[in-house]
Amino acid sequence: MSQKVLMKGNEAIAEAAIIAGCRHYFGYPITPQTEIAAYMAKRMPKIGGTFLQAESEIAAINMVYGAASAGVRAMTSSSSPGISLKQEGISYIAGAELPAVIVNSQRAGPGLGGIQPGQSDYFQAVKGGGHGDYHLIVLTPASVQEMAELTVKAFDLADKYRMPVMLLTDGTIGQMMEPVSLDLKVESAVEKPWATTGTEMKREHNIITSLSLVPAELEQWNLDRYAKYAHIEENETLWEEYMTEDADVVVVAFGIAARVSKNAVNAARAEGIKVGLIRPITVWPFPNKPLAALAAKGVSMVCVELSMGQMIEDVKLATECKVPVSLCKRVGGIIPTPNEILEAIRAAKGGNEA
Amino acid sequence: MENKRITVFCGHYGSGKSNLAVNYALKLRAEGKSVTLADLDIVNPYFRSADSKRELEDQGIRVIVSDYANTNLDVPALPAEIYSLCDPALGCVVIDLGGDDRGALALGRLRHQIRQEDNYAMVFVLNCYRPLTRTPEEALEVIAEVSAAAGLPVTALANNSNLGEETTAETVLDSLDFAKEVSERTGLPLVCTAADEKLCPALEGKAEALLPLKLQEKYY
Repeated sequence: MSQKVLMKGNEAIAEAAIIAGCRHYFGYPITPQTEIAAYMAKRMPKIGGTFLQAESEIAAINMVYGAASAGVRAMTSSSSPGISLKQEGISYIAGAELPAVIVNSQRAGPGLGGIQPGQSDYFQAVKGGGHGDYHLIVLTPASVQEMAELTVKAFDLADKYRMPVMLLTDGTIGQMMEPVSLDLKVESAVEKPWATTGTEMKREHNIITSLSLVPAELEQWNLDRYAKYAHIEENETLWEEYMTEDADVVVVAFGIAARVSKNAVNAARAEGIKVGLIRPITVWPFPNKPLAALAAKGVSMVCVELSMGQMIEDVKLATECKVPVSLCKRVGGIIPTPNEILEAIRAAKGGNEA
Repeated sequence: MENKRITVFCGHYGSGKSNLAVNYALKLRAEGKSVTLADLDIVNPYFRSADSKRELEDQGIRVIVSDYANTNLDVPALPAEIYSLCDPALGCVVIDLGGDDRGALALGRLRHQIRQEDNYAMVFVLNCYRPLTRTPEEALEVIAEVSAAAGLPVTALANNSNLGEETTAETVLDSLDFAKEVSERTGLPLVCTAADEKLCPALEGKAEALLPLKLQEKYY
């Protein structure tokens, strides 16, 4: 029988988390990510893990804070409005330098918005979200297979750098079904001598906190954390390049938008337009280098987003406004069609010739 | 597949109930029958038989869906029209239930009338490539849960084992033993083996009671 199974994106996240050694999941249901909780509720009791439906999103993220303090791999998941509720806890986890995985299966916003897919939590995910100076590593899967692989990676990166990692996906990839290989590689467990596991009267107390009473000490914590972020930007940035080598125009898109964009790129190539695709896989750290290199060659950019234009700001920063950057967008829970993107590519190509 | 007036498709999440329901409704219609399809999925927000509403209506099939299906609102509401399904004068009825026991609950309202009329098939859709129904034991567990929640016993099995776009004839053939074992252990008849119509020529004569499926096209 085949080694692959047919899974929903949300189920792939849940099973991959279990494979990565996560035995502590805390959540609160919200469409379109409820399958993650439903799957965990079924699986965790069978493998000696903990599935806990908290009384609220705020409670769930603070349970993650507690479990992560004790050194275990812990996860929570939600969708846009629920992720907003978790921001205070995420800031505390970042401040206390704890590894944790947070999944945001984005829906359309703002406010309650709707249950159809969105990408308009980009700013929230990569520019902070909660208060204070911090970053999350933000991973953006574009297939069900990547949902599984990047979930494992999220746990590994979280432990490696002692920081929260977000899987930024959307309702469509969460709900769609594709074949998945669950033969996933998990890096060996990281020692966590800082964890609050009980001293047994044999060592000093470990203290997990984001609070410092001494301004100079708090300043140093921030400086140390940003030195770590600089190392991550140098070493952990991920992206996919598709047909960029001879391109005059490059589409920049992540997640579901990148999937549709790839079809549009193929259609444009069939018309003889030299177009490629850059798909950021980490949106923090952002793939500045390949975009800067393309801008130096005079390549125009088209950003495709399910938002009013958020990632486009990072593309403009990466390209230092040296080349035209346009936006092709749909919002409200609507995915742009390949034709709409093709139109935007043609317009960008025309702009080059004018 | 023997025609009963009411055919209910139930099963595990993502086993392919909606695809089967839509294709079965089209097949009945092509045979000249009067057909109503009811999307009673109260658990799944995306990808449902309501997506095929226009195509079905173009073929003259009446479609009953929640007023909120495919909107931005997540309300597990059922339309009042579902009470008309139990009127024997309505003709053939195909019901697409939501996944698992949670989805099967939606049938509770209708179960007494369906039992009374006693002209129904409750078809459990199998896919051995789904992670929580990979073994016959796991499938048996879900069959029992779905029957209990629906208040109607499962009366037949449909094998719809597939791996999405990577499905080959081999994928289907490899699932036949699984489906046969579930059938033997439950005593329920296996009424069809469903597969993408493109694969059917390769399966002819190798799988019993083939039901060719026309699958929806995706643009991403």
